[in-house]
Amino acid sequence: MTNLEKYKKAFVDALEVSENEVEGLTYQGITAWDSVGHMGLIAAIEDAFDIMMDTDDIIDFSSFEKGKEILGKNYGIDF
Amino acid sequence: MIWDFEHYNNNIAIIDDTGMFLSYGDMLEIRKEIGLAAEGRCLVFLMCENSVGAVAGYASFIENGIVPVLLNLHLERELFDCLITTYKPKFIWSRTDMADEYKKYGGSSVYSRFGYSLFKTSFGVDYPLNDELCLLLTTSGSTGSPQFVRQSYSNVRSNAESIVEYLELTSDERPITTLPMNYTYGLSIINSHFMVGAVILLTDKGLMQREFWSFFRTEGATSFGGVPYTYEMLEKLRFFRMDLPSLRYMTQAGGKLTPELHKKFAEYADNSGKKFIVMYGQCEATARMGYLPADKSLEKCGSMGIAIPGGRFQLIDGEGKAITEPDVTGELVYEGPNVTMGYAECGEDLIKGDERGGILRTGDMAKFDGEGYYYIVGRKKRFLKIYGNRVNLDEIDRMIKAGFDNIDVASAGKDDHLYIFLTNESLANDVREFVVEKTQLNPAAFRTIIIDEIPKNDSGKTLYKELAKFYE
Repeated sequence: MTNLEKYKKAFVDALEVSENEVEGLTYQGITAWDSVGHMGLIAAIEDAFDIMMDTDDIIDFSSFEKGKEILGKNYGIDF
Repeated sequence: MIWDFEHYNNNIAIIDDTGMFLSYGDMLEIRKEIGLAAEGRCLVFLMCENSVGAVAGYASFIENGIVPVLLNLHLERELFDCLITTYKPKFIWSRTDMADEYKKYGGSSVYSRFGYSLFKTSFGVDYPLNDELCLLLTTSGSTGSPQFVRQSYSNVRSNAESIVEYLELTSDERPITTLPMNYTYGLSIINSHFMVGAVILLTDKGLMQREFWSFFRTEGATSFGGVPYTYEMLEKLRFFRMDLPSLRYMTQAGGKLTPELHKKFAEYADNSGKKFIVMYGQCEATARMGYLPADKSLEKCGSMGIAIPGGRFQLIDGEGKAITEPDVTGELVYEGPNVTMGYAECGEDLIKGDERGGILRTGDMAKFDGEGYYYIVGRKKRFLKIYGNRVNLDEIDRMIKAGFDNIDVASAGKDDHLYIFLTNESLANDVREFVVEKTQLNPAAFRTIIIDEIPKNDSGKTLYKELAKFYE
């Protein structure tokens, strides 16, 4: 799986959306992505890339796009 | 009726995350204005969010002897319609920008402040209200039942005073909201801090949002409350590494925290000079019944503590006899001035007086240790706490049966995880979506499990215990 596939899969699994819906998703943009969903999503991403995210990154992770930027900048994950 | 705002005239009472704030003196003025607009004691649907408009309206209603029904601003439409046609309130206090939603009930605004308006309904019915009735709350906040808990003025006052006493609250406190105000625990934080003239920091932003923590730091929050799920999120957020010098204490209620997490937070508090206070309560007892004093948090890990000042716990066995030996499980019974008057199921029930006489059978099974500290071990009734919200399993089953013809269904589970057992796989997705929509809880809490047959006894009663093997 490519990093992008892994990343998308985390959204699909944690937020129960289909793969073609993940782009453009934002925090609280869908009911499943509330604080509960956010915790599940972060856990799924940490598992997928075997990382531990910092508090600042967890609370800044406010959209599909922003998440990619954070993973790229702070965890060396290229998409 | 409850608070002495005049005494704290110059103190700030509430600040919200848009920077809007009101002093206790301002609150007195709004109270006067709302009193004039509402023209006397009546029933109001108060659509809640953690904002200046909602909270100032709430305090004004209480102090004017107007009885608010506290509901979530985003309550599911169908449930709102059911509640409003059942109780026919004279007014709705809600966000001005939601005026269109209330048009069909009359809904002309008679007063507006802070983005909130008092919409007058056209029911023209005033169900008589018992003199003692202070406010009405839902127990679950979801699942379709029009049942409210009737809380009296003395319930709200005595519980707030007791909380002030055991948490040692003063006007220096600055609690930040992490819970909705229509939720009994969230409301108890507001009620108790108004008692001492403290500042309440209002936000609907969550722990997972940067805005929440900016507001927390800028305003120097001194405390917050959380349900078990809140503490799981905090752990995930690496809370123990966060630098929060203004924070003095954290409280936990709304379900049982795992002993592991209890220990982690108790240790964190111990090491950082803060306090962690596990508590126990129910809407039927206004809010609070028990608390574990902070200095016992580590030693009595897993315990919910002792009765609050003015209250008393007792355990009873199957025959209703008091249990006097430690480590014996029985039903927890609470006695105190905060035991509410009873339930209301319809408008005619609002005249009813006290039906409980200060005694509440909690429905929770508990035991106490040799030193009198109580531990919750299970529940008598079929309900779960999901993210702190009470979810009645029988009600879920009834709702699904009402929504789907000829469906065979049974729900069961553990806190934060509800399992819906079905025999027809083709309905699984629809049923799950239906339950998510009705409860407005995160879908992660719900799973469907397909089995050949729902286990039942000879008389057709579902054998819920036999379902446990599928999820335990």
